[in-house]
Amino acid sequence: MSAKTITADAPVQFYDLDEHAHPEGYSTMLGFWIYLMSDCLIFAILFACYAVLGGSYAAGPAPKDLFDLKLIALNTAMLLFSSITYGFAVLQMQQGKVKGVQIWLAVTALFGLAFLGIELYEFHHLIEIGAGPQRSAFLSSFFTLVGTHGLHVTFGIIWLVTLMFQLSKHGLIAANKRRVMCLSMFWHFLDVVWIGVFTFVYLMGVLR
Amino acid sequence: MIPHPAPETGPILGKLSLEALPLHEPILVATFIGVVLGGIAVLGLITKFRLWGTLWTEWFTTVDHKRIGIMYMILGLIMFLRGFADAIMMRLQQAMAFGGSEGYLTPHHYDQVFTAHGVIMIFFVAMPFITGLMNYVVPLQIGARDVSFPFLNNFSFWMTTAGAVLTMISLFIGEYAQTGWLAYPPLSGIAYSPNVGVDYYIWGLQIAGVGTTLSGINLVVTILKLRAPGMGLMKMPVFTWTSLCANILIVASFPILTATLVLLSLDRYVGTNFFTNDLGGSPMMYVNLIWIWGHPEVYILVLPLFGVFSEVTSTFSGKRLFGYTSMVYATICITILSYLVWLHHFFTMGSGASVNSFFGITTMVISIPTGAKLFNWLFTMYRGRIRFELPMMWTVAFMLTFVIGGMTGVLLAVPPADFVLHNSLFLIAHFHNVIIGGVLFGLFAAINYWWPKAFGYKLDVFWGKISFWCWVVGFWVAFTPLYILGLMGVTRRMRVFDDPSLQIWFVIAGIGALIVAAGIGAMLVQFAVSIWRRKELRDTTGGDPWEGRTLEWATSSPPPDYNFAFTPVIHDLDAWYDMKTRGAQRPVDGYRDIHMPSNTGTGMILSGFCLVMGFALVWHIWWLVALSFAATIVGAIYHTFNYKRDFDIPAATVAAVEEARTRQLAAGA
Repeated sequence: MSAKTITADAPVQFYDLDEHAHPEGYSTMLGFWIYLMSDCLIFAILFACYAVLGGSYAAGPAPKDLFDLKLIALNTAMLLFSSITYGFAVLQMQQGKVKGVQIWLAVTALFGLAFLGIELYEFHHLIEIGAGPQRSAFLSSFFTLVGTHGLHVTFGIIWLVTLMFQLSKHGLIAANKRRVMCLSMFWHFLDVVWIGVFTFVYLMGVLR
Repeated sequence: MIPHPAPETGPILGKLSLEALPLHEPILVATFIGVVLGGIAVLGLITKFRLWGTLWTEWFTTVDHKRIGIMYMILGLIMFLRGFADAIMMRLQQAMAFGGSEGYLTPHHYDQVFTAHGVIMIFFVAMPFITGLMNYVVPLQIGARDVSFPFLNNFSFWMTTAGAVLTMISLFIGEYAQTGWLAYPPLSGIAYSPNVGVDYYIWGLQIAGVGTTLSGINLVVTILKLRAPGMGLMKMPVFTWTSLCANILIVASFPILTATLVLLSLDRYVGTNFFTNDLGGSPMMYVNLIWIWGHPEVYILVLPLFGVFSEVTSTFSGKRLFGYTSMVYATICITILSYLVWLHHFFTMGSGASVNSFFGITTMVISIPTGAKLFNWLFTMYRGRIRFELPMMWTVAFMLTFVIGGMTGVLLAVPPADFVLHNSLFLIAHFHNVIIGGVLFGLFAAINYWWPKAFGYKLDVFWGKISFWCWVVGFWVAFTPLYILGLMGVTRRMRVFDDPSLQIWFVIAGIGALIVAAGIGAMLVQFAVSIWRRKELRDTTGGDPWEGRTLEWATSSPPPDYNFAFTPVIHDLDAWYDMKTRGAQRPVDGYRDIHMPSNTGTGMILSGFCLVMGFALVWHIWWLVALSFAATIVGAIYHTFNYKRDFDIPAATVAAVEEARTRQLAAGA
């Protein structure tokens, strides 16, 4: 089949003599996407566990007895707002404004912290009334799923703060822009996961 | 039976105390003395020959995929000797423990031996071997200068090593799990395994698992993004294709293992009820989850070797691979099907006839693409000019051995038959048949095939043949008795036996293991002799000793740091063969600077922190857990502040290296 490419007059080129190195960070976005998908699988397993064990109350409290939808709605709002403000940060970056990026990243971090604060309050409350992760398989899988998400948000905030330092040190260089975009994907990914948590754990839990 | 009560937890040392040292086990004490003496000798020699600087700057901190690949192979080899020692111990115990004899291993020790054997052979032998192989060969085959994320590659290697080290530490401090290699609960739960064995298991695998997942992502991206110009997906060498599929499987299955082990550790550390017997927990859920990882894992191991067999068969038959397209599609089919069969590992769970039928049928269906591959190899050999060099010998041995293993696998896929054979020695014989016959024989083919590429000289043929025959004969002598015993109903993991009529089979199996041991010995001699006689064995063809067909043979042996001075342009599936037959001229001037990643010690340091953290978690030394965790995070953040991660190899250096090669080629021709 290769014979077709041979023609008498045009010599075949076997080496790239005018080669340019791949630009820095050439593969980073794809790599980060694939990492996110692997992380997504961890959540898939935790969702699956919740689906299987979510009804095993072991004569203990059920979702209806525990979940305060108003609080969770507030919490969800915090996380969704943080995603919007992250979007604003990216818009500022496209206009090349470092200060604007940093301000919106700071706002995002505050919303993230508010989300974590409310989640910790909820966890504390549940443990206090005797509905801790040891109580039943339902609560084990609930705490693990929601807690793993919260842990991701925590690491997201640590990364956010690191990035703000790096922005103030080096400005909007290519490497930093790439990092802002990676964290953006991470942050929005956590939002998507939370939509799943909100729907399947809280809303459907209260319906059950 | 719980051999020791769970120790008290102190604030400084956690559960760790002098009790943890296995001074009452003479075998372990002797091993420890041996390891210490050997270790001192090695460290002394390194110091005497002033090799520490070289080791650090050129190996430990390297981001070169070739050196990392070689380090993976060395890790696999060292752990292989440990895993095989466990195998010999088991064979000896089972050959002895008849007629009232208790053998020489206590139950507590024997259970650790069979657990460690399985874990080490899969996670710290087979995985490093195939990762090392893919690391070394894939970038060369696709004409790349390195992998996509070179630092991550170094980090992955050290994480795998840290997992292996933690597992080895359990030999001398504390104990290892006594649960079997997949640590099913409730046996692996805190109620039945209150000591540190299962914790060593969990953290060893978690640390290594991070490395495996990251190296999977790295290689997938490398293959997708860094192929030489002209190399479309359907012009990729088959080994690269099978590596791509294996790495996709890694990315899509290792997170499941991570999550599952996290849940098990929560049960053990926090007191949750995922897999407990009470408060709504479900032990069978663990079994499902671990096999949703575990079955793809089997194909992660064997797929790259299917690629090796394809390369070897084609090269040594002097022909283009028969049915390349069908080979690729068969690989993809196997990749997908590997996710649809996990339940065949526990038909006896009682899921009912419908579920069992589904998984039985999907399992049998996998044998179709696998069979297609075998016919492709056979048709490649048909009317080829076959050269029976060592890699080809291993390939033929694989075909004969693996087919039997495959057929016993299809037999086990029939649920009613499986109810009889479940957890019997028939199963043990089956999976050793496919793992040794497929994975290990493939690795030996690969080592013999690519050794000249990595080091510039061939492996000694005489000792290679001795090793080959010992392995093939030894394998069958060791495992045929297990098939027979399994059919008679003998179950796995037994320490003593009542029926004296069974003993002869175990004695034969033990003899087989000794023949295999001779094969391993011959292989080590083969390496030593080859290194010793490297001048005589030198490859004088300038990098293409086997008349190869793919790109890795287009560069020198060993390849320069940058792999190719000029990136090749691909017009054909057998790119190098195409270049040779159409008289491609290697450019000898016009070199440019080559952009390369810089070495860094960060990967090793971070993995060191993780190792300390794993050890502290095992022993509940909470302050050390916090400290090493903080160190890991801070170290990782510190690394992100380093923006200068690459450098240029000046054109003059490239020119000097390439001119040396030009002279070498002229001398060889």
